[in-house]
Amino acid sequence: MEKNNPKGWLYLLPAAVFLGFFLVYPLIDVLIYSLEEGYNFASQTYWGVGGYNYAYVLRDPYFLQALKNTFILVIITVPLSTGLALLISVGLSSIHKLRELYQTIYFLPYVTNTLAVGLVFMILFKQTPYTDGLANLVLSWFDTGPVDFIGGPYWAKMFVLCFYTVWVVLPFKILILTSALASVDQTYYNAAKVDGTPRLRVFTRITLPMISPSLFYLVITGFIGAFKAYSDAVALFGTDLNASEMNTIVGYIYDMLYGDSGGYPSYASAAAILLFAIVLTITCINLLVSKKHVHY
Amino acid sequence: MDFEKIEKADLRRARARKTITYFLLTVWALAVLFPFYWMVLTSVKSYGAYNSEWIPQLYTLSPTLENYTQAFTQVPLAGYFVNTVIFTLATTALMLIVTVLAAFAFARLNFRGRDLAFTLFLSLMMIPTELVVITNFVTITNWDLRNTFLGLILPSVTSVFYIYLLKENFAQIPDELYYAAKVDGTSDLKYLWRVLIPICRPTIITITILKVIECWNSYIWPRLITDDQAYFLVSNGIQEIRENGFGRENIPAMMAAVVVISVPLIVLFLIFRRKIMTGVSRGGVKG
Repeated sequence: MEKNNPKGWLYLLPAAVFLGFFLVYPLIDVLIYSLEEGYNFASQTYWGVGGYNYAYVLRDPYFLQALKNTFILVIITVPLSTGLALLISVGLSSIHKLRELYQTIYFLPYVTNTLAVGLVFMILFKQTPYTDGLANLVLSWFDTGPVDFIGGPYWAKMFVLCFYTVWVVLPFKILILTSALASVDQTYYNAAKVDGTPRLRVFTRITLPMISPSLFYLVITGFIGAFKAYSDAVALFGTDLNASEMNTIVGYIYDMLYGDSGGYPSYASAAAILLFAIVLTITCINLLVSKKHVHY
Repeated sequence: MDFEKIEKADLRRARARKTITYFLLTVWALAVLFPFYWMVLTSVKSYGAYNSEWIPQLYTLSPTLENYTQAFTQVPLAGYFVNTVIFTLATTALMLIVTVLAAFAFARLNFRGRDLAFTLFLSLMMIPTELVVITNFVTITNWDLRNTFLGLILPSVTSVFYIYLLKENFAQIPDELYYAAKVDGTSDLKYLWRVLIPICRPTIITITILKVIECWNSYIWPRLITDDQAYFLVSNGIQEIRENGFGRENIPAMMAAVVVISVPLIVLFLIFRRKIMTGVSRGGVKG
């Protein structure tokens, strides 16, 4: 057949145009923005080139708050959700009856609108003049509370945010882990059974190593996803996240870009690049650690 | 005999383990379902009844649909809904055209620089949206496309990952089919339309559904690019309803809106359950 068919480029053209305009060009542009000092959105002028935007962002108390919130969120939700998902998946793969039903139910949060269901979580936890809310009703059974989880103390708000985040991310992790568990070769388990190996040992010596690539994949995507948290926080605490001290790095970027405090694409770009640098560093650390512990 | 005793104890232990497993799985299933139950329950409670419940009631004896009428009459929920349908259909259709053509070029056509171009495409997968959204916002603003469907749709069209997924599928189709078609004088486009697309329909359906879910739930871009309610999608629409809609206290009406927004995707999920779950496990990441 013909070796060189230049018509191929014609087929690629639409994709290349879209990607060029909305992915490649912005990538370069964001770097430029982040280095243009005192950029004015209206007149599209700037007065210098340098690292001022980064310095500004790193000194901005709102950014530091967002950084702190994001790190807390990541440190709590990534291990917790991965561990829970592992527990649930192991449970799921040990049963036969009703398994499909459970799997379907567990996957539901994935297909729901984060903003919409976040509202439900908000009313479950919110304290209003009319009612203390369902969460506080449960707390009152244990003689504690009431606490306003949505407008109250920092750790109460952080708790709800973590809880909702875990609820949202679990479906994906459970799905990945159950299919990983199902693909483990049954012969290993049979051999262990013949040897009379205790269950815990089977789990740590066979199951965990066999599913370690999936587990590791989940940890990496989990870190990346958690660092980009934003919609969950908006759903719970409203669009003005700075006021409720619950902003995240991504939230900070968008607030800088648009809205009441917006109009500063340079600061937004600097923050976005800082976020990217953080995510890249964490991913590299993850990759290094995995070399030691993951069996492919 | 001792042996029998051991076997019995073993059986008992296995049964206990099974009971505990089912118990814990059920607890989590309830934790997942409860917010859905609560949202439907609250949406059928009347305004007066809801606000007079100092202790939240777990059921209601006098369900009402008045909140649903309010959701459609007092706030432009129907408008948000229609906008989202238009946005989702247009974006998905455009994505399909772009993706199918690109995947076909990468999988089937031989042209100079193809492998290099493919590597470049793949490396684009690593670019996070947060980095490019800033410039896209500026670009769309400069093109005067704020508060238009075009502005909403254009930056949401391409997904490198879907091109990759479909290209892998196209590449599995034996070359002989292509050569046979060529001998018969079939054009590339006709071969693509008549042979490749029908054979690879499962993958195409999968990426379509994944894209529909993505579009239906997209929040950040619509929020940035629209401030005119006439162009709000359901995500920023529900946020608007929450902050300025019924007034903060009319939670039952708000929940009715939440139910209306959530139902389409849940129905879609229940119909295409298997397809969606395999599709997501092959490459969907929420976020």
